[in-house]
Amino acid sequence: MIRVVLPPHLRTLARVGEEVEVRVEGPPTQRSVLDALEAGYPVLRGTIRGHVGQRRRPFVRFFACEQDLSHDSPDAPLPDAVASGAEPLLIVGAMAGG
Amino acid sequence: MSRVRVLVGTRKGAFVLTADGTRKKWDVGGPHFAGWEIYHLKGSPLDPERLYASQTSGWFGQVIQRSNDGGKSWEPTGNEFTYDGVPGTHQWYDGTPHPWEFQRVWHLEPSLFDPDTIYAGVEDAALFRSTDGGRTWHELSGLRCHGSGPHWQPGAGGMCLHTIVQDPGDAKRLYIAISAAGAFRTDDGGQTWQPINRGLRSQGIPDPDAEVGHCVHRIAMHRSRPGVLFMQKHWDVMRSNDAGASWVEVSGNLPTDFGFPIDVHAHEPETIYVVPIKSDSEHYPPEGKLRVYRSRTGGNEWEALTKGLPQRDCYVNVLRDAMAVDSLDSCGVYFGTTGGQVYASADAGDSWAPIVRDLPAVLSVEVQTLP
Repeated sequence: MIRVVLPPHLRTLARVGEEVEVRVEGPPTQRSVLDALEAGYPVLRGTIRGHVGQRRRPFVRFFACEQDLSHDSPDAPLPDAVASGAEPLLIVGAMAGG
Repeated sequence: MSRVRVLVGTRKGAFVLTADGTRKKWDVGGPHFAGWEIYHLKGSPLDPERLYASQTSGWFGQVIQRSNDGGKSWEPTGNEFTYDGVPGTHQWYDGTPHPWEFQRVWHLEPSLFDPDTIYAGVEDAALFRSTDGGRTWHELSGLRCHGSGPHWQPGAGGMCLHTIVQDPGDAKRLYIAISAAGAFRTDDGGQTWQPINRGLRSQGIPDPDAEVGHCVHRIAMHRSRPGVLFMQKHWDVMRSNDAGASWVEVSGNLPTDFGFPIDVHAHEPETIYVVPIKSDSEHYPPEGKLRVYRSRTGGNEWEALTKGLPQRDCYVNVLRDAMAVDSLDSCGVYFGTTGGQVYASADAGDSWAPIVRDLPAVLSVEVQTLP
């Protein structure tokens, strides 16, 4: 299982706690994890990546294992520690404004 | 006894204010969707317990919420607003072509004729319609694909379609307004559109009386006279007696004719309300005095309504969707400010009192009169 930590606004929207788990087939990637997340929680469609083109929304970032993965290819494998469930994929609302 | 429900959208959530028909004691419910911008909430005139809310965020995009119990509980519904076909470009602030990109829903207008039909006005300017209670949305692209579309340009708040008015006698006739393209009308349910801006003059555009390019802030209509429209333009208060085919200025003795909202008394179709704002660079009331102006003559002759409103050191704004009326007798008038106050008058504007004083900045106010 892949562990995903959601930002507070999306936890409220999806009515879940801080962390959710999703199952993906094969080596996990940003795309496969987000596909599984949106399948499990359809209300999140359009909130992390756009409906058109599936591009990451500009003020959403992806962190894991103390790395910023936001600019990685959506099809790049996620770190082994995320794949094994040792570390979560963090979906973060970028710090902006007050 | 009748009841009143006031739906308030703010920068940080939605609030539902309720009172009985005396409108003296109010309950304040909320915040709903705390921390999100709620551009607009509105109830179906055919099923008043069904409410819709536009919930939006610069981080997480657009969510549409629906309530079937008058705002006690909410469920997210469809949030996919995809432009029809290849969107093309409009003009950016600097006059260069800019791709059409969906930003947010500014205004939700439930149909007067079908409880499952609702219209959404969005930024970048387009009109969407749902016929399944908000689950799916489809663009009425005849508007955006009107020949003038590539020349539309955003106002300071973005290129938003902010006003949707349906003719109560003709389901196929709709009026919409876009900042800063102007007003448009369809007579065939949204398939084709015509600009209705003849008579408008705007000094901020190259051709002051161009067919499109005007920064219309708000249009209002009384349901008993669907051919008579009132408009608060960027500058100028305007009136049309021919369904928008032509407009005349009715700013008359207003202290300034800049402003955002305009509304019509529920029972007197020639009684209209505006909130004059000093200028487009100073978005607050002139002289620091918050005054609603009322005309009982359909414009030109205006009286200041000040009783109960702050008459010194007041520097708030009242945004275009932040005024509404109830249909009780006598007519109640409501407006919200960027300072977080929601003011109500239970006597058609003669006197005012705050329902609530310290909400986040108010973006929209709608009122439901309930049995």
